[in-house]
Amino acid sequence: MGSYESELNLKATELRLGLPGSDEPEKRSCSVRSNKRSSRESSVEESRCKSNVNSDDSTTTSDHDQESVQPAKVQVVGWPPIRSYRKNSLQQKKVEGDGSGIYVKVSMAGAPYLRKIDLKVYKSYPELLMALQTLFKCTFGEYSEREGYNGSEYAPTYEDKDGDWMLVGDVPWNMFVSSCKRLRIIKGSEAKGLGCL
Amino acid sequence: MAYTFSFPEEVLEHVFSFIESEKDRNAISLVCKSWYEIERWCRRRVFVGNCYAVSPMMVIKRFPEVRSIALKGKPHFADFNLVPEGWGGYVCPWIAAMACAFPWLEEIRLKRMVITDESLELIAKSFKNFKVLVLTSCEGFTTDGLAAIAANCRFASFIFLISQVLNLLDFNFVFELVLNKGHKFESKLCLCLVNLRELDLQESEVEDLSGHWLSHFPDSYTSLVSLNISCLGNEVSLSSLERLLGRCPNLQTLRLNRAVPLDRLPNLLRRCPQLVELGTGVYSTEMRPEVFSNLEAAFSGCKQLKSLSGFWDVLPSYLPAVYPICSRLTSLNLSYAIVQSSDLIKLISQCPSLLRLWVLDYIEDAGLYALAASCKDLRELRVFPSDPFGLEPNVALTEQGLVSVSEGCPKLQSVLYFCRQMSNAALNTIARNRPNLTRFRLCIIEPRTPDYITLEPLDSGFGAIVEHCKDLQRLSLSGLLTDRVFEYIGTYGKKLEMLSVAFAGDSDLGLHHVLSGCDNLRKLEIRDCPFGDKALLANAAKLETMRSLWMSSCSVSYGACKLLGQKMPRLNVEVIDERGPPDSRPESCPVEKLYIYRTIAGPRLDMPGFVWTMEDDSSLGLE
Repeated sequence: MGSYESELNLKATELRLGLPGSDEPEKRSCSVRSNKRSSRESSVEESRCKSNVNSDDSTTTSDHDQESVQPAKVQVVGWPPIRSYRKNSLQQKKVEGDGSGIYVKVSMAGAPYLRKIDLKVYKSYPELLMALQTLFKCTFGEYSEREGYNGSEYAPTYEDKDGDWMLVGDVPWNMFVSSCKRLRIIKGSEAKGLGCL
Repeated sequence: MAYTFSFPEEVLEHVFSFIESEKDRNAISLVCKSWYEIERWCRRRVFVGNCYAVSPMMVIKRFPEVRSIALKGKPHFADFNLVPEGWGGYVCPWIAAMACAFPWLEEIRLKRMVITDESLELIAKSFKNFKVLVLTSCEGFTTDGLAAIAANCRFASFIFLISQVLNLLDFNFVFELVLNKGHKFESKLCLCLVNLRELDLQESEVEDLSGHWLSHFPDSYTSLVSLNISCLGNEVSLSSLERLLGRCPNLQTLRLNRAVPLDRLPNLLRRCPQLVELGTGVYSTEMRPEVFSNLEAAFSGCKQLKSLSGFWDVLPSYLPAVYPICSRLTSLNLSYAIVQSSDLIKLISQCPSLLRLWVLDYIEDAGLYALAASCKDLRELRVFPSDPFGLEPNVALTEQGLVSVSEGCPKLQSVLYFCRQMSNAALNTIARNRPNLTRFRLCIIEPRTPDYITLEPLDSGFGAIVEHCKDLQRLSLSGLLTDRVFEYIGTYGKKLEMLSVAFAGDSDLGLHHVLSGCDNLRKLEIRDCPFGDKALLANAAKLETMRSLWMSSCSVSYGACKLLGQKMPRLNVEVIDERGPPDSRPESCPVEKLYIYRTIAGPRLDMPGFVWTMEDDSSLGLE
């Protein structure tokens, strides 16, 4: 505390809070909401009278504990700092056509983490498959109705609305887009089983 | 005995006429009284960074022969909706004063100001030589005002940069008026509409408006230099546009809107092969070979094309059509383009001359790695978030991407980067790689995010940035930060002019470090930080050396604001509080928002009900 005070050298300046001769008031008497580490701050209209206590230990590591994830993210006004026209433009994209972008998770056997892609971005199977192959650095080979992706190292499959795992490419594109819940890239050897159904 | 040596005034004036920068002009005026006098009579351009820092009369008195004026109104955080509607920034008193004083005024440039139709009409009536009107992020006017300008300004070469609300109905009406009088424009016309805030159009009203306004450009009109309609929602008449482009050989900039279909682009391009800057319309259509080759050929024909933007709704298979011109591209704005990383890589790898890239985070780390490998001349990179409000990352963009670019692009000066994770190690690497950075704005999307590897604050990382980048002028912080980072900034940020802070710091010490250490600080904007009275009051004098200080959702008490206002007559201390008069709450209660700026014009008189300027009358009682 001592070093802090001398840093500011408050006594030397004439600017002080309150009347001359009185001490600086420490108490804040108005409504308090002090949650310094909350990462779910809501609107800025909340008045926050934080007590002006200096702590020498600036890294308040106790506050690092991850808060329990709240179900809905409260949007902070003006954060992230993106200008309105850009925000509007993003939202426009999202509500284009039939509705929001269709993001589905894509997993691959052996890959450390999943990816997510927006099916709306693609207009056809070839585009989607190219993208998947690029994303995961794998090859699918030729698709045929009879053989599926027979002979290739990997094959794309998806889980449809009924919870069944299907081979990508069997149904018309639009039907696929509306029924696909998630994608999974499996080894070609595993895919043999699918072709037989 | 002093040796006096002086040129005749005319000679000095002539010499001064070569000095354009206002900083230099200001320096000249400080040399001696006679230079001050000579300089003020021949100053033609004035820039007022804060319209409330000085009064119109003061400017007029000092610089009687101004031809061009630029004014800025609201604080920067108004861009993010932090400044309530009606706060201020009215240009009316300026126009009124200048109407009498500057009959030869040619240019007015306004940013974040409120301008009414009356003011626009006054401009139209008062300035016979008026040439340029630039409105950036302004509001308050309607088509009537613009129509007045269009109707009366003969020598105009307008640049409307409208970043606020005007619905399309208004625009079409305006254009029709402008263009009906088009033959009156004797010089070049630049028509530029950028970044409409309201993209939500009233569909019913626009149905009738099929963009016929373009056909109102008279056949004799050939002077178009720049046409930017990128933010307009509805269709324009393409045949009219084609004819217009065909007869305007000086057209350099064409930014189309989303409604222009891709298969019509080649015809448009063929009419203006001299284009330097192009913004495409929608960039997808049915995949047909002849459309592609047509497009590719049209692009090839544009030998001067240096800048590309637009690219809405990209169909990746059409991107290769621009490959023929990629080697000449210096500026690429893909920040509205949803393009996957692999396609971006293919495109960027062909642009070795790229100086500036704006892109969405779809580029991912892999794309930035490719950028670093291909674009060795890159000066500026901006990576925007594709899903800023999503809870989870939707793309594989991390700190690595920025590190790659910092490694591979030796001329990189300016960075704006939105991401979801960062580490001190990465920031350290970036700082050491790129000591030539002048602008570094990092936005880690989730507030108070720590170093994801060590879980520590990002103090040392940002510290490295300010320490190594000795010419850093602009810095925006994010992530978990303690007072320590401000100590670094105060110690090393000697050239820092603008600092943006959010959700950072622990105590007044943080603010104190910045205010006492950053010698060149001009603009400081702070939100949601635990900074209170002490640092502010202890550094009150510093505030007079800055343009402005914004603090919102901090801990500055009303009492401190009053004290500051009392003690510092050359500061306007504005308390902005929508909860009602601060007098109705205890003095110790923090104010919602605080805007402090230096001024020689005294408190302003146009404040709304939720803004109070602290009196500098020391006889003011506490209640």
